[in-house]
Amino acid sequence: MSIVTVQLGQCGNQIGFEVFDALLSDSHSSQGLCSMRENEAYQASCKERFFSEEENGVPIARAVLVDMEPKVINQMLSKAAQSGQWKYGQHACFCQKQGSGNNWAYGYSVHGPRHEESIMNIIRKEVEKCDSFSGFFIIMSMAGGTGSGLGAFVTQNLEDQYSNSLKMNQIIWPYGTGEVIVQNYNSILTLSHLYRSSDALLLHENDAIHKICAKLMNIKQISFSDINQVLAHQLGSVFQPTYSAESSFHYRRNPLDLMEHLVPHPEFKMLSVRNIPHMSENSLAYTTFTWAGLLKHLRQMLISNAKMEEGIDRHVWPPLSGLPPLSKMSLNKDLHFNTSIANLVILRGKDVQSADVEGFKDPALYTSWLKPVNAFNVWKTQRAFSKYEKSAVLVSNSQFLVKPLDMIVGKAWNMFASKAYIHQYTKFGIEEEDFLDSFTSLEQVVASYCNL
Amino acid sequence: MTQSVVVQVGQCGNQIGCCFWDLALREHAAVNQKGIYDEAISSFFRNVDTRVVGDGGSISKGKICSLKARAVLIDMEEGVVNEILQGPLRDVFDTKQLITDISGSGNNWAVGHKVFGSLYQDQILEKFRKSAEHCDCLQCFFIIHSMGGGTGSGLGTFLLKVLEDEFPEVYRFVTSIYPSGEDDVITSPYNSILAMKELNEHADCVLPIDNQSLFDIISKIDLMVNSGKLGTTVKPKSLVTSSSGALKKQHKKPFDAMNNIVANLLLNLTRLDQMFSDAFSKDHQLLRADPKHSLYLACALMVRGNVQISDLRRNIERLKPSLQFVSWNQEGWKTSLCSVPPVGHSHSLLALANNTCVKPTFMELKERFMRLYKKKAHLHHYLQVEGMEESCFTEAVSSLSALIQEYDQLDATKNMPVQDLPRLSIAM
Repeated sequence: MSIVTVQLGQCGNQIGFEVFDALLSDSHSSQGLCSMRENEAYQASCKERFFSEEENGVPIARAVLVDMEPKVINQMLSKAAQSGQWKYGQHACFCQKQGSGNNWAYGYSVHGPRHEESIMNIIRKEVEKCDSFSGFFIIMSMAGGTGSGLGAFVTQNLEDQYSNSLKMNQIIWPYGTGEVIVQNYNSILTLSHLYRSSDALLLHENDAIHKICAKLMNIKQISFSDINQVLAHQLGSVFQPTYSAESSFHYRRNPLDLMEHLVPHPEFKMLSVRNIPHMSENSLAYTTFTWAGLLKHLRQMLISNAKMEEGIDRHVWPPLSGLPPLSKMSLNKDLHFNTSIANLVILRGKDVQSADVEGFKDPALYTSWLKPVNAFNVWKTQRAFSKYEKSAVLVSNSQFLVKPLDMIVGKAWNMFASKAYIHQYTKFGIEEEDFLDSFTSLEQVVASYCNL
Repeated sequence: MTQSVVVQVGQCGNQIGCCFWDLALREHAAVNQKGIYDEAISSFFRNVDTRVVGDGGSISKGKICSLKARAVLIDMEEGVVNEILQGPLRDVFDTKQLITDISGSGNNWAVGHKVFGSLYQDQILEKFRKSAEHCDCLQCFFIIHSMGGGTGSGLGTFLLKVLEDEFPEVYRFVTSIYPSGEDDVITSPYNSILAMKELNEHADCVLPIDNQSLFDIISKIDLMVNSGKLGTTVKPKSLVTSSSGALKKQHKKPFDAMNNIVANLLLNLTRLDQMFSDAFSKDHQLLRADPKHSLYLACALMVRGNVQISDLRRNIERLKPSLQFVSWNQEGWKTSLCSVPPVGHSHSLLALANNTCVKPTFMELKERFMRLYKKKAHLHHYLQVEGMEESCFTEAVSSLSALIQEYDQLDATKNMPVQDLPRLSIAM
């Protein structure tokens, strides 16, 4: 089954490139630690999902590239072509000249309707190329203008025109210290709109990935390219083929299945990713892993709300079963224990069948209205990912993102109260009511997650 | 890629403009080895086949044939423009882009604005239309002028209204040279304040610069050059406008009124982190101002050269505690990176800030104005121009007073603790 990726805006396009590159490199890797037959099945499955074949054997990414400025798309097209391993389709791009000026309203209300037909046509052509279409993976940022505003518009259109297909949005959360002055406005408008039209929101924070680069990878001068590569690694380890439970040579057919497992209720759509281990290639050569060790760390990362495997707070424990439940979490107290709605653990590598995931089935980890047997899933695959002898990734629907979301809503609210920059939005048809609607939806989301 | 048109008005405006075009050409020459007319060059230059007579000569792609600046040059005296047309840049401009007169404006805003304004209105409009027609996607007009004289100040602000009416969607970004305390034009306060009213109403964004600050920067550089370190002459405005990224300046302006920006350009004369520290110190601003002790509404940092996002983040985090931002914009930063360093340097930083530190400059200007106005000094030179009345003066001063008051109100919030406003509460 194939996924069509829509890359929107500068961020979306830069990340999209790294993702396809990472997927294909891993697929060609010689360190799969499995039989040749298995490796071939893996490669074939990966290719079918993300690439279509061209006449002279160069795979073409199943992607649509959209941006309101040409420079990033042009760079990504040439980078892919230069790799010699894969490329983007010739007619898969849509660009304009002017940009969106970091203005959500401009992306949503001006560019959206103006270019709706052209963009949806390109997407349709890409979908038609798929023998068996599984759904959309939309990559965007929420702080800028194109990725955020046009991204929200396109997702809405996809919901209207492809209502039976799954949609997952990969959204980049900007640095807390500010990259774009109106990033909080753009973020709340994006999230509230996507909550209605998308099936799942996979959120990655720049701050968290930056720390991974600094602490785990030891990169001194971190560039956006480094950050995007870490992100691509995480996404690759989620999206590469995995076995279905039945037989070992049958790769799970629908890659977007994970949404079914992780979003049991439409009020709870925010997903985040944690992976382990993650280190520079140099260190990798000298380290060995055990499944027990990796899974123990991963579990602790989950319950203590850690973003990476260093500096995990080991003093957080789930409430003991049998005792009355902890009082409902309020944001005034420090968030200690992270309650989950649903979790999916994907394990790849040597001796994966022996990995023991019982620790993730503890009912204390989960909210009371979903039993662990429904809330927790594990996918195990022998074939190793990207030079890591053993790797584990956790896709989690939990309280991970409540605090950051609350902060963004708070800041946007303060700015809104002073009416700063609002004229830039009303100029293009986004009125104060639209802002209020967004605030209301997101306060609802925050409250729902807090009450788990 | 979008295009911009530079409008240089008056003696000062044209002299600065000339330096700008010189630097722009050098920057592109340093990067564009193959002589291909690309998107970056097209933002400020047209590619023209000079053998074709009339308007048809534009070439949109391929090799560079002949570059013409997207500029309109206006002066009511011929001296400066003639010099430009005889100098090394003469091929970059053509006579169709000029508007000149002989007599000058006599350092009188009223002459520049009212007399020459009405006289040349049609011509000005025609030149603007022509330059806009040559653009695929016009994003911004850059206007360069001085405030203290007659042409730059009067005619320069007159044409803002023309641009606003004719091209309402295109940004008007104005670089204004403010008179220093020891200005030799006695009536410069009159000219400046009359011009400021126009800027307030018709400009989207203003970059005030004063000569004294420029002198100070140059002397610092001279000092460094003499002590053996590398330096070049500072052409600050040129580096502001020749960055080839898309223009996102509207974020500096939270409300329609506050459109004065303090600029600060740092060239690599020092280490990277030091460059960031200097960007916020009062010794490196292009205006006499101390941003650290005033209130920031917003700040943009544009870095050029081999600087990565982590360097930028690290410095913002380091400096943030010592800077005061308005309560509803605590993280009011816009960051951008350009990997191409400026000519002759390995990296540079441009900091544009919307900060209340411009207030003292305006207050001082107002005082100088009042000293003259109370005595009615030289007023008759203005009032004898048709269309000028005393109300022009009183309105201009009250416009400035209102602006100062708005800055005052912001300053009053400076040291107050940041209060989080009560949020919407949801019934569960």
